[in-house]
Amino acid sequence: MSTDPKIKMNLQCPMPKFDFDVITMGHGSGGLLTHKFLQSGVFDILKNDLLDQQHDGAIFELNGKVAFSTDSYVISPIFFPGGNIGDLAINGTVNDIAMCGAEAKYMSLGFIIEEGFTMKEFWEVLVSIKNAADKANIKIVTGDTKVVEKGKGDKIFINTSGIGIIHPKASIHHNNIEEGDVVIVSGNIANHGIAIMSLRQGIEFETTIQSDTANLNHTVLALIETFGKGIKFLRDPTRGGVASVLNEVAELTKLSFYLDQNLIPINESVEGACEMLGLDPLYVANEGLFLAVVKKEIAVEFLAKLKADENGVNAAVIGEVTLTHPGKVIMKSSIGGKRIVNYLTGEQLPRIC
Amino acid sequence: MKFLTEYRDPELVTAYLEQIHLITTKPWTLMEICGGQTHSLVKNGILEMLPEHITMVHGPGCPVCVTSVSVIDEAIYLAMQPNVILCSFGDMLRVPGSKKSLLEAKAEGADVRILYSPLEAVQLAKQNPEKEVVFFAVGFETTAPANALSVVHADQMGITNYSILASHVLVPPAMEAILSDEDNKIDGFLAAGHVCTIMGIDEYYPIAEKYKCPMVVTGFEPVDLLQGILMAVQQLESGEYKVENQYARSVQREGNKMAQDTIHKVFEVSDRVWRGIGKIPQSGYEVNDRYKAFNSRIKFNIDIPLAEENKECISGEIMKGLKKPKQCPNFGTKCKPEHPLGAPMVSSEGACAAYYHYSGVNEAAVK
Repeated sequence: MSTDPKIKMNLQCPMPKFDFDVITMGHGSGGLLTHKFLQSGVFDILKNDLLDQQHDGAIFELNGKVAFSTDSYVISPIFFPGGNIGDLAINGTVNDIAMCGAEAKYMSLGFIIEEGFTMKEFWEVLVSIKNAADKANIKIVTGDTKVVEKGKGDKIFINTSGIGIIHPKASIHHNNIEEGDVVIVSGNIANHGIAIMSLRQGIEFETTIQSDTANLNHTVLALIETFGKGIKFLRDPTRGGVASVLNEVAELTKLSFYLDQNLIPINESVEGACEMLGLDPLYVANEGLFLAVVKKEIAVEFLAKLKADENGVNAAVIGEVTLTHPGKVIMKSSIGGKRIVNYLTGEQLPRIC
Repeated sequence: MKFLTEYRDPELVTAYLEQIHLITTKPWTLMEICGGQTHSLVKNGILEMLPEHITMVHGPGCPVCVTSVSVIDEAIYLAMQPNVILCSFGDMLRVPGSKKSLLEAKAEGADVRILYSPLEAVQLAKQNPEKEVVFFAVGFETTAPANALSVVHADQMGITNYSILASHVLVPPAMEAILSDEDNKIDGFLAAGHVCTIMGIDEYYPIAEKYKCPMVVTGFEPVDLLQGILMAVQQLESGEYKVENQYARSVQREGNKMAQDTIHKVFEVSDRVWRGIGKIPQSGYEVNDRYKAFNSRIKFNIDIPLAEENKECISGEIMKGLKKPKQCPNFGTKCKPEHPLGAPMVSSEGACAAYYHYSGVNEAAVK
């Protein structure tokens, strides 16, 4: 994982010189300091024709059916192996739009910064945002910055919204799912959540576990272009993990999702960490992963194409849609037993022993 | 994962299952003591793979489940003190006290932290000399050595703002309490591998002898459990009642002497109230006199009324093996993980939680 090219990208952006090292309440006041902050050159790296219009909002044309999504990012710690809150905030929203079968075009970017946050860290986050936006080929066209008192935030929170045009061949809806469809996951599960947990707990493994944060739009759109309606459903299993997504779909469709534990791809270190921390990887968050339910007839080709993509190297068929247990997710355990995979209640809490 | 996958080998599982099916001629009821074993049985779908003649009932070896409501109330009381950081294993946070849980206390502003080790709490005390750091020292003999060690460390480092709220429980007295209940139907035990890793197995010989009950010290993976079940059934079918050790890769007869010494340095055996079961004499550990400065109960002079348990929760009957989770009229209706009547529904080692999350494949199937 450590040689993964997609996390190595690091645009050389030297930090401009500021006459302040930390962000203070004044920088969010709307007054002179805010003006200085905005004009300091710090936001210049996000420049584009629409952002430069300097209206209260962005004005642009969009033709066709659109997808629109928003998400807030409050992750702690904000820097983690494989990324930081900046690229996470871009990739997360880009991926939500991609899961609708759309290519994200424009995004908004809102910061809530805790006073005392250093410009150095802010710059690092901003550079990641720039890199992620470029990689996903989206424009940040409007934004906002607020500063809150020390203790009222946690360094930095980010909100992004995105809008994109639905691909003409896309037909992504849970209602399309039928008995016999195949469930595919695009890669190893649980990397992001375990990368964060190990960092929080100060647990080290032989290899550093990297977050999988990545933009999936190019991958997904290429698959839609090839397979069109053969792709019935897409979802990125972020918070709540693979199990939560499948439970939601099972409940909505009244179909049964039958998984085989032995087919679910997981990195050995991540699996070991889950054992040690008392967590079930099926409920652990992912940030560069998607689940696809596809027509059985295209499953082999779909998997082959996905595996050839940088975001799908470890993709695998993990199960199928059946009529046997309406509204439920069932899993054949690694030893051949069967069990229900239920919704998770609240947060996964580490166990005593 | 070396040393885990070997014990999840489907071929071995099948071989053990075949053996168990082959030798079982009569109905037998076995109790696995530890909640970790219960979860492994249910999560891997083993219960449905066993012969119909074999009934597994699920013992009290879930420390979260047996911690009394009053002790949870004590922890919440401490957490709500303005200068206290209350540290706990994550599992305890959702367990309902008489009025609320630690998770709810946290939401109200209490400084509650989830830690993996009590030694982290000692560090926290060192870093926050102006605060009082309390560690909620829950668990069986398994977690007692580390909790005791945290007190020894704090004492050696001259840290005076650290204390533990001890609610340790001991397995052998609970086994005796279960076996001496005249309604009990237990024919054999799978003893808890981790507890025996610390304490050894000598305590079990007199119990096996007195109650003529086979005891197999068993691990937690599917192959461990099936081998343990097979060993217990072999004994029962041939009329024996021995103490056997399936988990020999971890358990030695004398246990871990160094860990035991640490326990005995800091703790003394005391009576303990078990949630759902009641008071069992000499079934817990309390901080001894030598280290009383580290006993939160003494340090904070806790004096709160004894709380009553929720009468609708039948966790006591479940943990004594008299009933199974789904025989509770409130299972999955009035009692769910999001609004539990008792701890077994929210603990990751609780029997009710195991059934709620993993079982029910047959019930959910189209008839």
